[in-house]
Amino acid sequence: MKFSNIMASGGEWLRGEGPHHQIVVSSRVRLARNLRQRSFPGWAKKAERTQVLELIKPRVEELPEMQDSFSELLQDLSALEKQVLVERHLISREHAAKSVGSAVVMNRRQTLSIMVNEEDHLRMQSIRSGLQLKSAFKLVDKVDSTLESKLDFAYDSKLGYLTACPTNVGTGMRASAMLHLPGLVLSEMVNQVIQAVNKIGLAVRGLYGEGTEAMGNLFQISNQTTLGEKEEDIINRLSKVIETIIEKEHDARQVLIQKKSNTLWDQIGRAYGVLTFAHAMTSKEALNLLSIIKLGVDLGAFPEDRRLPIDELFIDTQPAHLQKSSQQKLNAEERDELRAQIIRDRLRVFPKPDISKVARESGNDAASEPPNQ
Amino acid sequence: MQKVNLCDACSKEKGVQDPTGFALADLLLGIGAAEEIEKGAPTQKCPVCGFTQSDFKKTGRLGCSACYVTFSEGLGSLLKAMHKGTEHVGKLPQRAHREIELSDRMRTLTDNLQKAVADENYESAASLRDQIRQLEAELTPS
Repeated sequence: MKFSNIMASGGEWLRGEGPHHQIVVSSRVRLARNLRQRSFPGWAKKAERTQVLELIKPRVEELPEMQDSFSELLQDLSALEKQVLVERHLISREHAAKSVGSAVVMNRRQTLSIMVNEEDHLRMQSIRSGLQLKSAFKLVDKVDSTLESKLDFAYDSKLGYLTACPTNVGTGMRASAMLHLPGLVLSEMVNQVIQAVNKIGLAVRGLYGEGTEAMGNLFQISNQTTLGEKEEDIINRLSKVIETIIEKEHDARQVLIQKKSNTLWDQIGRAYGVLTFAHAMTSKEALNLLSIIKLGVDLGAFPEDRRLPIDELFIDTQPAHLQKSSQQKLNAEERDELRAQIIRDRLRVFPKPDISKVARESGNDAASEPPNQ
Repeated sequence: MQKVNLCDACSKEKGVQDPTGFALADLLLGIGAAEEIEKGAPTQKCPVCGFTQSDFKKTGRLGCSACYVTFSEGLGSLLKAMHKGTEHVGKLPQRAHREIELSDRMRTLTDNLQKAVADENYESAASLRDQIRQLEAELTPS
């Protein structure tokens, strides 16, 4: 499979069909594994990294899950292509900085992506649409079981799977979900939620993981600890917390509709106006405004069939996607122009927001109040 | 636990470029992490990969899987502070499954052998000894 195929198809998780997909954009589970008696990638010399790569890459490519896969050495990808993969969450920002001695292998559906010689020898990740942490775990767990019969993984009976960073030792598992929480942000309750989540040992981060800003009202929630708890227990705990946050988000939206409807319609109207008529837009502004339009679709102010074009814009307006699709390197100013143009074009067929269509109970699956009290 | 990405200017300002003045391990793993690992093995070097505790102090990462043994003393309290528990209770690789199974069987056989010898049941002891030898051969990778 070629890089152009990846560009052409958005990947399964982008189509947004999973459970609770209005609020949970995607679920990801990754496992970290290392080979015994070999220096971790960050400490290994180039020759040893290459050796490890040659041991691992063929085993990954021959996985049944990786038939018809995209497999590339990092030095053969351009900076722009690497950035596209980062924007799709298929490789980490850290991996994008790698070159000789590292590789990435992913399946056509873009539900499984395996990084070789990132911080650990192997980082296997499954990404699904909506809240599907369990099925994401099932897939990487299966891949891990196949690989362990062919590769000698570093494992200690007391500490579990051994990883370059002590924060990952044990299960080597990081499970995370990307949540879209405009209701909690608009009603200024999101910090309370973040604090509560932090208190119970889970981490909340911005769009691109550690140390990144929350843009577009998108938040990543993940487990912080990996030792002393079973994989299934970690995932159950995380799923329960996410379900609670989904409820809180639905409640916040209902309160906004009932008590602050003018603010809400003002936000949606302004977002629609700016996106439809602006001629220059940064990716941060685009994300923040698209988030409000997405909320509008959730609430019924825009027809449901407008959901996919909005979801696609979240990714297509990211800097690397923009440049890749225009097939040229653009400076920041040119990017902002092109971004505004793409958004204007796609919104040309978009109807005006219609607040009369907004149901008090917005037709979502987690009913927070009984109808017709 | 929080990871911080610093630009060139900020890192200069915060003295990140001077490895003696700043422990990345502290930043990555929490204050005191670098000190903790130093406590365990002040001059130790990993026999497999040559990693030292000062390398850990600089990077906040270990050199290879054997480092977990080399620096186990300092790592112990670090892991305790960092995680829910100190022992892995999750997935076992099939290989580990098999090793546990074999070592359990070995223990049973050894117990039975001792009993047989004590009872002066030499016939059964001889058979048990053979089984133990066979198992030992299975446990040592060829």
